[in-house]
Amino acid sequence: MSFVDWISEPVNWVFLAIGIVVLFSGFKVATSQNVVHSALALVGALAGSAGLFLMLSAEFVAWVLVLVYIGAVVVLFLFGIMITRAPTGFDEGLDSDKKAVPAVIAVSLFALLSLSSVAAFGDTPVEMVGEPTTTETLAQALLGRFVIPFEVVSFVLLAALIGSITIARRDLSPLEEEERSSV
Amino acid sequence: MLLSQFLIVSSALFSLGVYGLLVRRNIVLILLSVELMLNAVNINLIAFESVIRSADATGQVFAIFVITVAAAEVGIGLAIVLMIFRNRRSANVDELNLMRW
Amino acid sequence: MLHKLAVLATEEGGVVHAGDGGWWADTAGIMLVLPFVAFLLILFFGKRLKYQGGEFAVGALAIGLVWATVLFVMNMTGGVLDHSNTFEIARIGSDIVFELGWMVDGLSIMMYFLVNFVGLVVFIYALGYMEGDIRVNTFFASFSIFAGAMLVLVGAPNLIQMIIGWEGVGLASYLLIGHYWEDLDNVKAGNKAFMTNKVADVGLILGAILVGVAIGNFDFAALSEAAVGQNAELGAVAFVGGLLLFFGAMGKSAQFPLHIWLPDAMAGPTPVSALMHAATMVTAGIYLMARMFPLFQNLAQDARVYMVAIGAITLFAIGLLALVADDIKKVLAYSTVSQLGYMMTAVAAGGYTAGLFHLFTHAFFKALLFLGAGSVIHAVHSNNMSDMGGLRKYMPTTYWTFVVGSLALAGIVPLSGFWSKDEILATLGHEGYTAVMWIAIAGAFVTAFYMTRAVALTFFGEFKGHGEPHESPKLMTRPLVALAIPSIFFGLLNIPGVSIPGIGNFTEWLSVRVVEMGDHHAEAINFGLAAAGLGAALLGIALGWMIWGEDKKTQEERDSLEIPVLYPLLRRKYYLDDAALGIVGATMGPLARSVDWINTYVIDGIVNAAGALTRGLGGFVYGILDQRGVDGFVNGLSVVADGAGAGLRKLQTGRVQQYAAFFVVGAIVLAVVFVILI
Repeated sequence: MSFVDWISEPVNWVFLAIGIVVLFSGFKVATSQNVVHSALALVGALAGSAGLFLMLSAEFVAWVLVLVYIGAVVVLFLFGIMITRAPTGFDEGLDSDKKAVPAVIAVSLFALLSLSSVAAFGDTPVEMVGEPTTTETLAQALLGRFVIPFEVVSFVLLAALIGSITIARRDLSPLEEEERSSV
Repeated sequence: MLLSQFLIVSSALFSLGVYGLLVRRNIVLILLSVELMLNAVNINLIAFESVIRSADATGQVFAIFVITVAAAEVGIGLAIVLMIFRNRRSANVDELNLMRW
Repeated sequence: MLHKLAVLATEEGGVVHAGDGGWWADTAGIMLVLPFVAFLLILFFGKRLKYQGGEFAVGALAIGLVWATVLFVMNMTGGVLDHSNTFEIARIGSDIVFELGWMVDGLSIMMYFLVNFVGLVVFIYALGYMEGDIRVNTFFASFSIFAGAMLVLVGAPNLIQMIIGWEGVGLASYLLIGHYWEDLDNVKAGNKAFMTNKVADVGLILGAILVGVAIGNFDFAALSEAAVGQNAELGAVAFVGGLLLFFGAMGKSAQFPLHIWLPDAMAGPTPVSALMHAATMVTAGIYLMARMFPLFQNLAQDARVYMVAIGAITLFAIGLLALVADDIKKVLAYSTVSQLGYMMTAVAAGGYTAGLFHLFTHAFFKALLFLGAGSVIHAVHSNNMSDMGGLRKYMPTTYWTFVVGSLALAGIVPLSGFWSKDEILATLGHEGYTAVMWIAIAGAFVTAFYMTRAVALTFFGEFKGHGEPHESPKLMTRPLVALAIPSIFFGLLNIPGVSIPGIGNFTEWLSVRVVEMGDHHAEAINFGLAAAGLGAALLGIALGWMIWGEDKKTQEERDSLEIPVLYPLLRRKYYLDDAALGIVGATMGPLARSVDWINTYVIDGIVNAAGALTRGLGGFVYGILDQRGVDGFVNGLSVVADGAGAGLRKLQTGRVQQYAAFFVVGAIVLAVVFVILI
C-alpha cells in the first residue's frame, strides 16, 4: 500500500494524531530537563497508547492501562520524586554528559527494529472489527487457559508488596526494637 | 491500518526508552524510561493480537500481565530508590559505583 | 613252563607275556618320593634327634626296600614285569612330551633293589660312623637327596628324567665330597668331581637331544623299539648320538680319561664313598649304556669298538694305580674305576647280562670293602695304610668281612665276583674281543695283587699307629656282615646254564621290554676261561702275599719297592691330573682374561657412556626445556592472564547505565546477526 492510499483513510489520521502525541510524550520523558515534566510526559505517553489500544479493539486493556498505570504507577513515581528530594524545576545535571553513544545506540536500535518489522510485515493489514474484544473473552482466557500465569502474577504482586515493605522499612537499632515491642 | 505502523510507533517508543535509560542521571527517571519501554512492548503485543485474533486473546492477556508486573516492579524499584536515598542522600546514578574494580 | 618262557626270552627275544606288577608297581613311585620327604623332615626336625635326622633317611629307605623286595620277588616268580607310570608335565609342539614317572621292569627293579638295600645298609652304618662328627644333620639331608635322585635316575622312563636324576646325584656328590669343607683340598675335590661330570654332561645332553629329537620321543621304550625296528632317522644320528651318550657315561662312571675325579672324591666321609662312589652313583653310566643297549646293538655297532677300548684301558691302567696308593680309600677307589671298566667293556661288547650282573655283585662287595675301610679308619683315625697294620687282632669282624670282600673282588670261586667276572670274560671271548679278554684276565691278576697288598698292609704285620685300636660298634659291624652275605651268595643267582626252579635266574629277570635284546648268555660254564680267570687271581694273591704279607718286619721296606719307570708314572697318576689342569688353564685363562677386558672396557664403557649421556640429556631438559621453555610458557600464560584481567576489569565501572548500554548493544548485534543475516 502506498503512502497516499494510507493517508486517504481517516482511520490513519486518528492514528497519526495519537501517534504523534505518544512519540512526543516519549521524547519528553527521555529528554526533559524537568523531573516533574518527565513524569507527566509519561502520563501523556500512556494515555496515547491507551488510545492506540482502543483503536486496536483492546478496550479492557486500554482502561486497565489508564487505571493501573496512570492512576497508580505514575502517582507512585511522583511520590518517589518527592521523597528523593529531586530538585523540582529546571535542573541542568539531569542528563549525563555523554549523550552521543546512547543516541547512536538508540537510533540504531530503532532502525533495526522498524526496518525489520517493515520488511517482515510490510503490508499486513489490521482489520477493523466492529466489536472490541469482550471482557468475557479475556476473563475466560485469564481464568481458563492462563490461570497459572495469573496466579503466578498474583504471587509476584504479593512478593513485590512484601518486598518493598521490607526494603523500605526503617531499620531500628535493637534497643529501639525492644522499646517498641514492649510498648 | 497497517500492522507496521503500530510496530514503528512501538519501536520508536522503545528506542526512546533506551535512550532515556542510558542518558538519565536520576534513578527515578531511569525507572520512568523503563516504564516507557514496557509500554512500547504492550503496544506491540496488542498490535499483533489484533492481526492474529486468537480465540482467547492471548496478546491482550499478556499485555495485562506486563502491566501487572510493571506495576510490581515499580513498587520494588522505588523502595530500593528510597533506601539508596536514605543511605547516600542522593539519587544520582553516577555516584552508585561501588561495585567496580 | 617258566623255563621255556625264559629260554624264549633270552635266546630269541620273542614276545613274552610281561606281568603288570599290580598295585605294587603302580605305587612304586613312593620309592622315588620318600627320600625327598625324608630330606625335608631331616632339615626341619633332624637336629633334635639322636642321630641328627639319620633316622628319617633310614626309615625312607627301609620303606622303599619293602617295595623293592616285593617287586624283585614278583619279577623272579611271576614273569618279568613291564610297566611304567608317567605324568605328563609339559609338551613341545605336538610330539615331544616331557613326562615324569617311574618305570617298573627287570632292569629298574634290579637297580631299585640295589639302591635301597645297599643304601639302607650304608645309612645304618653311617648312623654309627658319623656320630659326633660335624654337620651330621646336613650330611644326612644331602645323603637323602642323593638316594632320592638315584632312584629318580634308575626309575626314569625317559631320558629327560634320567638326566634330572643324573644332575641330582651330581649335586649330592658335590655336597658330600665337600662335607669337610674346612680343608680346602676337600673343596677342590668336590669342584673337580662336579666339573669333570659337567664336561661329560655336555656329551650326555647333546646325545640325548640328538637321539630324542630324531625319533621325537625321549622314552626308553620308544627308543628301544625304534632301534630294533631300524628307524632311519635314528640310524642317521645313532653313531654320533651314541658316542656322545657314552661320553656322558664316561664322566659319571669314571672311565679313562674322565676318571680323575673319583680318587679325589675319597675326601668325603666313608659312607659316601661306599654308597655313591662304589655301588650306585658311578654305576649310573653303566645303567645308561644298558638302557641304550638296543641302540648300540642295532644301529651304532661302529661305536662299540671305541667303548670297548676305553673300557679296557680303564680296566687295566687304572688298576695299576692302586698298587702305589697309601691311602686305603684310594686303593679302593682305583679298584672301583677298574671294575667299572670291566662293566663298561662288557656292556659295550654286547654282554648286557654280563655287565649288569657284575654291577650287581660289585655293588655289594665294594660297598662292603669301603665300609670295612671306614671301620678301620674310624679306629685308627687315619686313612693311610702306613699307619695301620696288624689290625687282625683288634678288629676281627672287620677283618673277616674285609677278607670276604677282597676275595669276592678278586674273583675267587664260589664268591659272587667269580661268577660275574667269568661271565664278562665269556662274553668278550664270544663276541670276538680276544685281546680285550686277555687284558681282562691280566686285570684280574692286578686286582688280586693290589687287594692282597691292601689286606696285608692293613691287617697283618705290626700296628704302626698310635694307641690301641678297637673294634667298631655294632651299628657299624652289623652292616658289614649284612653285606658280606650277598657278596658270598649272590653269585649263584647267575650260574650259566642253570636256572633255579621256580625263580629262574638273573638273566631272565633282566629281560626288559619285549624286544630282541641281542644279548649273549652262555649256556654252560666255559671251564677253560673260568680256570684262566681264577688262575690269574690266585697268582695275584700268591705274589702279593709273597711281597707284602709274609715278613712283618720287612713289610715297610717292601712297600717302598719301586719298579723303575712304572712306579713314578703311577705315582703321578700318568700325569693326567696335570694334563687336565694344563688344558683348562691354557684354554680358560686367556678366555677369561679377554672376557674380563670386554667387560671392563666395552660393557662398562657402554654403561658409563649411557650414564653420561643421560646426565647431559637431563641437564639439557632441565635447564633449557624446563626452566626456559616450560616455565617461560607458564609464566607467559600468567602474564597474559594478568594483563587481560587488568584490561578487562576496567569494564567494571560500577555504573549501571554503562552495563545497560552494553546490554542493548549486544542485543542489537545478536539480532542483526541471527535474525537478519542468518
